[in-house]
Amino acid sequence: MEKKVFERPVIKKLSAGMPAKFGLQVRHEPVTQIDGVPIKTLMEEYGSPLFVYSEKKIRQTYKEACRAFSSRYPNVLFAWSYKTNYLNAVCNVFHQEGAWAEVVSGFEYQKALVNGVSGDQIIFNGPDKSKEELELAVQNRSLIHIDHFDELYDLIEIGENSNIKPKVAIRVNMDTGIYPAWDRFGFNYENGEAWDALHRIMHADNLELLGLHTHIGTYIMGTEPYKIAASKLAELAIGLSSKFDHQLQYIDIGGGFASKNTLKGVYYPGTDTAPSFEDYADAITSVLIKANFRHNKLPLLILETGRALIDDAGYLAGTVIATKRLANGQRATILDAGVNLLFTSFWYDHDIRPAKPMSDQTEETAFFGPLCMNIDVIRKNMMYPLLKKGDPYVIQRVGAYNNTQWLQFITLRPNVVMIDEKGETHLIRKKETLQTLNKMESVPDHLKI
Amino acid sequence: MKLKKNLAISETGFVFDPSTGDSYTLNTTGLEIIQMLREGKNPEIITRKMTKTYDVDANTFERYYYDFIGMLKQMQLVAPDEE
Ligand SMILES: Cc1ncc(COP(=O)(O)O)c(C=O)c1O
Repeated sequence: MEKKVFERPVIKKLSAGMPAKFGLQVRHEPVTQIDGVPIKTLMEEYGSPLFVYSEKKIRQTYKEACRAFSSRYPNVLFAWSYKTNYLNAVCNVFHQEGAWAEVVSGFEYQKALVNGVSGDQIIFNGPDKSKEELELAVQNRSLIHIDHFDELYDLIEIGENSNIKPKVAIRVNMDTGIYPAWDRFGFNYENGEAWDALHRIMHADNLELLGLHTHIGTYIMGTEPYKIAASKLAELAIGLSSKFDHQLQYIDIGGGFASKNTLKGVYYPGTDTAPSFEDYADAITSVLIKANFRHNKLPLLILETGRALIDDAGYLAGTVIATKRLANGQRATILDAGVNLLFTSFWYDHDIRPAKPMSDQTEETAFFGPLCMNIDVIRKNMMYPLLKKGDPYVIQRVGAYNNTQWLQFITLRPNVVMIDEKGETHLIRKKETLQTLNKMESVPDHLKI
Repeated sequence: MKLKKNLAISETGFVFDPSTGDSYTLNTTGLEIIQMLREGKNPEIITRKMTKTYDVDANTFERYYYDFIGMLKQMQLVAPDEE
């Protein structure tokens, strides 16, 4: 006789207040495959835990975003935000789709060049650009978005000593009604600093002012702040046109669109609350179209969308290490991936799914990572199917910021694979080994034992 | 290890504790174990029966069995003199 599948025994207290405590009752439908490749097979081949990217999903999301904007506005361009995910294979999917590169350090800049992005299709943002990095960017005719006056004067100096005019824009920060306002970066709109910087540039013969840039924050849950941002940048652009008769080529509205992940402590899931690309596109383009730009002189609209383009395409698959009970009787499930790999669990209530069919039985459990540290919490409280040691799981929507902000802490960083559009799997980043790390260290002779 | 005497256990896996007024639900394996405990079966017999019916080895079962007993204790469903 075939034996029955064993589910570990549980008893649950029934209480009236239960559903409210855990938010909406959600069924955690198992996710057993990604683009037709069984998760079991992936982990057998590449180990556990494992990051998996769907090339198909990246392209699909990118096309959806492009369509939302280009169906409403004549001239739109996306620049891929490297810091969101700079795995080369991921960047190159975006570049193949037509995205430029948006970088915020010399390291990211080099990465884009090595990926084959032409210098004049790299946007160089951020407060940290060394003189050498600026010189290289000028030579390559990259778009340099100036963050502060010190950088502006560096560029004036570089321009004086070079036969190439630096191509620049300024980053503008502003009040768009959202909190916190990102006022650390760029020149402030409300206090007139942005206008001062533009004046200074217009009076420097050796700088070529091409655009205006802002990035108002990240995971912006409404479209209103984008309307405000677009109208403030449009006003500056129109001001330049009337005062200096200078036509800007582009307005760069930055990133910040919400992905479908659920922010911690928010009652409704992100899949229900995040505005769509259409919503954002409508808000931004309607303001630009209505602004008083000269006939046929609508500037190019650049977007640096990060998380909303990549979150859905990334998965973290892994295995349950153990289940235990805490002192208060609550269940704890220990996963083989922790906050070292899933930095975003500090912001999101991640969508953890069993990777094999489970019964309808659930119990209250916390999810912890494998680190021997109290902070290693992936989810505090969930009503969840009865996982046990060895069971596979998948965390969905982990494509943004995890493979750039992950830490080599206590454990090593695992393999990353990409499934191509034909369903073939490719290793795109090898897992670390002790050797990988020891290669960078050296022990002075007198400390050798 | 004995269960509290006056617990009401239904065939569908509901448990009612009249001394506190609390209700509980069990999954299938939980219900089978509680029924055997109520019949006074010892852990060895329970393990033998369960490993015969289910695809689980004795060591693995033992781990989850004692975890389950821990839950019963936590919920005070165990006769106090037996703790
Ligand atoms: C200048 C700039 N552009 C784009 C992005 C991407 O933002 P998001 O992932 O919120 O779309 C960031 C993120 O911080 C940024 O600083």
